[in-house]
Amino acid sequence: MRTYILRRLLLVIPTLFALSILVFMSVRFIPGDVIDAMVARSQDPDVLVDREHLERKLGLDKPLYVQYALWIRGILLEGTLGQSLFEKWDVEDRIIGRLPVTAQLGGMAIIIGLMISLPVGIYSAVRQDTVADYIARTIAIIGLATPNFWLALMVIIFPAIWWGWTPPLEVVSFTEDPLGNIAVFIIPSAILGTAMSASTMRLTRTMMLEVLRQDYIRTAWSKGLRGRIVILRHGVKNALIPVVTLIGLEIPILVGGSVIIENIFALPGLGRLMLLALEDRDYPVVSGINLVLATVVIMANLLIDLIYPYLDPRVRYR
Amino acid sequence: MISGVAETQTGNLRPRGRLRGFLTRLGKEKPLGAFCGCLILLLILVSILAPYISPYPYEEMHLEDRLQGSSTKYLLGTDHIGRDFLSRLMYGARISLFAGLSATALGVVVSVLVGGISGFVGGKLDLVLQRIVDGWMAFPGLLLLLTIMSIVGLGLLQIIVVLGVSGGIGGSRVTRGAVIAIKENDYFLAARALGSRADATIRRHVLPNIMPILIIGFSISIGGVILSVSALSFLGFGLPPGSPDWGSMLSREGRKYMEQAPHLALWPGVALTIVIYCLNMFGDAMRDLLDPRLRGGER
Repeated sequence: MRTYILRRLLLVIPTLFALSILVFMSVRFIPGDVIDAMVARSQDPDVLVDREHLERKLGLDKPLYVQYALWIRGILLEGTLGQSLFEKWDVEDRIIGRLPVTAQLGGMAIIIGLMISLPVGIYSAVRQDTVADYIARTIAIIGLATPNFWLALMVIIFPAIWWGWTPPLEVVSFTEDPLGNIAVFIIPSAILGTAMSASTMRLTRTMMLEVLRQDYIRTAWSKGLRGRIVILRHGVKNALIPVVTLIGLEIPILVGGSVIIENIFALPGLGRLMLLALEDRDYPVVSGINLVLATVVIMANLLIDLIYPYLDPRVRYR
Repeated sequence: MISGVAETQTGNLRPRGRLRGFLTRLGKEKPLGAFCGCLILLLILVSILAPYISPYPYEEMHLEDRLQGSSTKYLLGTDHIGRDFLSRLMYGARISLFAGLSATALGVVVSVLVGGISGFVGGKLDLVLQRIVDGWMAFPGLLLLLTIMSIVGLGLLQIIVVLGVSGGIGGSRVTRGAVIAIKENDYFLAARALGSRADATIRRHVLPNIMPILIIGFSISIGGVILSVSALSFLGFGLPPGSPDWGSMLSREGRKYMEQAPHLALWPGVALTIVIYCLNMFGDAMRDLLDPRLRGGER
């Protein structure tokens, strides 16, 4: 058990290292003509960007390993991700300011996704091969094929045409106006959540069917336990363990989805910042967001792996 | 789980007879998958024949008929400069399918190179390569794709290479696993013991036996690749402006004229959903037939 945790913790280090190299490289390999485009792009007279200044700011004038060392030192010792190329703000401040929006979007999406997928998946397994099971599976497969950006457009367009209803756009903080805050987030996170629920529902159903065939379920039935107890206490509890892993695997997809959804619904989160920075070719911002979001993904998966032994005793004693 | 792959390969050795037998099984055991496969074939045909069968050239403007709904003249209406939308969708199928198929094919090649080398050579090289793959896979896919696309620039070739390479690195895990499983087999050990050279071993023993895995990987990932192409284009980091691919159509005409002409946002999405649905069902059917042990959600 202790070796499992230790092993898992140690495995994070090379992954983070490889990740940092990837993020670092993505900015260092910008071709020369892109730098020209970046110079041409900045028209702000205050931040006069010329080629030399830009190369110095990106650190392109030093050998590669020195650049990497400086970049890592800046992050680890000074907690800085650099400055925006065209405006004078620190990348880490802006990221911290925008993180709550993306976190709330993602968190609500996971909750909504689970609220749909778990009950449907369990019901579908318990009533295997009935009409309800068939309908649920069909909807899930269609859901897997539906692009979330298209779904979002449909949700914006058709209610507006039919009922004159448009989703609220102004983000208000939860502490000031909880209901208004939820109202802004509920539709975007529902779209993200439903996209996620299709695969979660399918896995829940498969796992539940697997568990229901086990000997201990037959034992529970033959002891004369009530159906609800057998299904919930003996079945669901065991079927949900792999689902937890799936949630970890879906976090990167969720992050990608939030880039799309934040842009369609004009939510001021990291995804929107990312796209704006990409359009401006503001690469310190881009690599900062990449590093933060990818680290969040790695940490989330680490966390899931670490709580896994508590959920599944079979892992604990291996 | 994967070690059984070798066994599914044995049996009928004549390629043509095997193909026909396979298609018969597909039709009998997986009618929905076969139906979806036929739809995809039809769509490929439409996209190849688009210049001959589309009602109008996709660039032809009819300025007097802007933003029209469906009619007998324009089956799916027209866009903001009066171009026939059905014709544009047909050409869009061309781009989506071509980009999707070639990126997925490239992805398979990359996955064989990365995963095959990693699994075959093993040892320290494997350890290092796998950590890089770890880092790559920890990256939220879309962020990575967006970043690379913004660096290499917009374009069909760019999107194919970027999606192919990144998909291949992701898929190399499975290839590596399959290669490692093959190395455990007696026929592999025997070949090595008899002094078979590495390249001959790979050609005669490794490649034929990972074929089912590769075909499965190919058919279950095309749908996702096509979805990525259109998501990138939707965000403005895929194909250059003006190309009639479904993602760009959704984000440009679709979003701009969504109140006056909602059909512009409706049809590309419907087309995408149907294509991805069919590719997913076809991929699932292929997987179930080629290797029942890898079976996923449905039973």
